[in-house]
Amino acid sequence: MPDLSLVVNGEPRSLEVEGRTLLVHALRDGLGLTGAHVGCDTSQCGACTVLVDGRAVKSCTVLALQAEGTEITTIEGLAQDDGQHPLQRAFVEHHGLQCGFCTPGMILTAHDLLSREPDPDDETIRRSLRGNYCRCTGYQTVVDSVRAAAAELAR
Amino acid sequence: MIPATLDYHRATSLEDAFEALAEPDARALAGGQSLLPMLKLRVARPSLLVDIGGLGLDAIELTGDELRIGALATWGALASAIELDSPGLAAVAECAAGIGDLQVRNRGTVGGSLAHADPASDLPAVVLALDARLELRSPDGERSVAAADFFRMPYTTALEERELIVAVVVPVPPSGSGSAYVSVEHPASGYALAGAAALVRSDATTSVAITGVGGRAVLLPEGGSLDGVEMYGDRFAPEEYKRHLATVVVGRALERATQRVEGAR
Repeated sequence: MPDLSLVVNGEPRSLEVEGRTLLVHALRDGLGLTGAHVGCDTSQCGACTVLVDGRAVKSCTVLALQAEGTEITTIEGLAQDDGQHPLQRAFVEHHGLQCGFCTPGMILTAHDLLSREPDPDDETIRRSLRGNYCRCTGYQTVVDSVRAAAAELAR
Repeated sequence: MIPATLDYHRATSLEDAFEALAEPDARALAGGQSLLPMLKLRVARPSLLVDIGGLGLDAIELTGDELRIGALATWGALASAIELDSPGLAAVAECAAGIGDLQVRNRGTVGGSLAHADPASDLPAVVLALDARLELRSPDGERSVAAADFFRMPYTTALEERELIVAVVVPVPPSGSGSAYVSVEHPASGYALAGAAALVRSDATTSVAITGVGGRAVLLPEGGSLDGVEMYGDRFAPEEYKRHLATVVVGRALERATQRVEGAR
């Protein structure tokens, strides 16, 4: 089987994958990073979102081998120190999650957005999270969380 | 859902890609946002995927009176390209910004989408209305195909075996023109139930194309008449409803493009 080498959450990793292996399965089953969730498995729900070279992608719709040589960030690697990333903290404080299944994808997509637009309006936040479905809280608290995180990151 | 067993080859150059594509049942892979879902459903079962995603070919350039979009430019790059910041090319950016969602726009490419030729995809209407041409390359050399000759049937294009799209070339509309793309999307899939691209020139002549309603996108006669355009209904939208939607999106696209003409004055 082909070897895959990439940097995951700051650490060089390599593993054997099949040509058909999806990135989400390489992360979950190969590297034990189960924060990327398989939700719909049809590139709709966004629960499998991870950052590839800083950009949000749906890891159920990328072959693992397409990620050769890239830098991947999963929810496990977002916090820079022992604490939480401001986005994680904001989701907790503003009730941006209930069951939490969609949360890694929501946060990583929001991370991509804020890296390009540090002060987005609500309409931009909503449009950017269009590819992330939440089936419990509704979206208002998610938007509130992203806005709060943007404010904290701007400080 | 996991694709059927396949081999994977990362192409290092176009020549290397052509060589790999000589294998029977090989297919080119760009961003994979259309192809991966087909592989997972096992609707497509290539023996070999030739990944051309690392070949560059993603420049977006204005050169003289042409906009040249590299085939591997992503929707995200296109949506934010300053080269498109003009009333005449507004339809291109508007179309790109409305594709899928942020994650899909980060990976999905212009060339991949055009080669996939989903009958409900958006860009075909825009390239038809703006009279773009596609630059194709194969082991036999290069050729240029007008958008109007490229789309044949659902998922079927003028691409030959081992031929790849390398760029989309859009003539910059004459100054004083405005363009727009307007669609009504299926709320779950995001694909167009009906989408229309309109170009309105300063002399009030127009080019209008429609997508999503039939087997392929088509250029409409002057003025955007939908008489005689073949349309198919499906379980989401019966033919009569599509015909209604088509009228609505053509009207809105013409209206918005006209506003841009006026805004440009």
